Amino acid sequence: MAVNLPKDYDSVMARGNDIMKEALGLDYTPFESGSVAFDYEALMKSTNYTLDEINRIQSRTGVGNTPLLELRNITALARKYAKPGYGARIFVKDEAANASGSFKDRRAACACAHAKKLGYKGVVAATSGNYGAAVASQAAMQGLECIIVQECYDSKGIGQPEIVEKARKCEALGAEVIQLTVGPELFYTTLSVLEDTGFFNASLYSPFGISGIETLGYEIAMQCREKLGRDPDLVVCTNAGGGMLTGTARGLLKAGCKDTKVYAASIDLSGLSMASDVDFNRKSCTTGHTGFGVPYATDPDHSDVPRSAARPLRYMDKYVTVTQGEFLYMTEMLANLEGLERGPAGNTALTAAFSLAQEMPEDAILVVSETEYTGAGKHIQPQLAFARENGIDIHFGIPQEEDKPGVNIILPKDPSYIKHKVADLDHFRRSRIKKAVQKAGVALENLTPEDLQYLADETKTDIAFVKETLGL
Amino acid sequence: MAKKGDWVRIHNIVLRSEQRTGKLPDDTRASDLQMWTKGFLQDEAAEIGDEVTVLTAAGRLEKGTLFEERPHYTHSYGDFVPEIIEIDRQLREILHGGEK
Repeated sequence: MAVNLPKDYDSVMARGNDIMKEALGLDYTPFESGSVAFDYEALMKSTNYTLDEINRIQSRTGVGNTPLLELRNITALARKYAKPGYGARIFVKDEAANASGSFKDRRAACACAHAKKLGYKGVVAATSGNYGAAVASQAAMQGLECIIVQECYDSKGIGQPEIVEKARKCEALGAEVIQLTVGPELFYTTLSVLEDTGFFNASLYSPFGISGIETLGYEIAMQCREKLGRDPDLVVCTNAGGGMLTGTARGLLKAGCKDTKVYAASIDLSGLSMASDVDFNRKSCTTGHTGFGVPYATDPDHSDVPRSAARPLRYMDKYVTVTQGEFLYMTEMLANLEGLERGPAGNTALTAAFSLAQEMPEDAILVVSETEYTGAGKHIQPQLAFARENGIDIHFGIPQEEDKPGVNIILPKDPSYIKHKVADLDHFRRSRIKKAVQKAGVALENLTPEDLQYLADETKTDIAFVKETLGL
Repeated sequence: MAKKGDWVRIHNIVLRSEQRTGKLPDDTRASDLQMWTKGFLQDEAAEIGDEVTVLTAAGRLEKGTLFEERPHYTHSYGDFVPEIIEIDRQLREILHGGEK
């Protein structure tokens, strides 16, 4: 434990790299090439956990092997809007059945098991999402102290109801919750707490966490083969920090699903600033949106670890968006037609799936990779009520034409108005390539063949695409 | 009046607005970075607004201003939202054509 070190902002941030190294028990320097490239697969292998071992860790703590449910009524409804012979069968992986109610348990189980193995007394996680409850739950099971650092309130002390609920759940599971107002300096508080406590940084973006999600993709493959006799055609993942898509896709590949496509889906929050105090309570989802999804895809390495293990552009075949009104409507549809009351933001991929299924033949298999628990605050009624209190205009209409995040919520006037939009994936890929080169500070003429291959791998493209993007 | 051992909530200013130097929107930069946490009061007795120390659930000692005694949750399922009932009615009508 650090004694008598200055704890002001600049001093703590200056010690950031050393604090992180201590708190992760992992040195990232061996994976760096010194140029743009770093060895992602070596980083993932450094955890030394095989899929079998992860499965063993997870099944000991109430995680994984969740049901794959067929959404027959939603599929039937989607077919009403598809041309004859179209409308894929929609399935959902009921991840709400995990110990703390979301797929985040898969990440937390591995992070906590690793912390325990290395002899840490406790874990710290910076998260306003379900991951907090997941870490708190796993810490309770595995005998670790737990501190969750949340961005929860605006400057007037008004909390986003969903995040307030997540704090309650963490506290119910025995964790301390440090709640902050809006701002990226949350990282400073997290570093400071890690330094003072000597606890493990159970980062969302560590290789332990991301390996934990691989079982999800693997289970989807196995359950489809068992139930349906073949691999899924499409898996749709709600995308924020990129961990869900990365881990699921890696698990599918490990299961040998070579032809399964993987799409990202996010709620379009264009125009809202994620660091803005005022905008903070003008949105009706706290994750699964483009405000996280796009920056983390195009620049994964701005999280609380030196290199993020969540790198979704490596695996993404398409990126689609939906609006707030559509995912709120869809959440109600899941409850009312399928009898599954599940949390709102996790239904982003389901919303896209409803519309994507209509473009696929009837015998195609579409899997939505998650559900999440719901509860007070974390439910469409308090979200819509909160939006209305904050002056957001809510009405039935045409989301694709009228949607203005922060100003209105347009509920589709009937299910035919649930329509995903296809985002320009090549634009995100180009942005990723340029940012990687810029961040490394390497002049174009000094790029190595290894760098070019790395950038192609980073973006699921080829060297010709990389060269064209960089004007080489 | 809270006494030693009571479960309380404390408040802190982590950074004053003028200390916030990062790349921030103007509205955020104009606000202090505030923090809240909970724990067992370590002082003999305290009133709201007093500087106190608490022992948190994770075993940390943290200083701050006493903000709330016996803190409780107030989030809920929110006010009635008529649109939700309308969605339910519409979906069942479309799927089942009014017959069940």
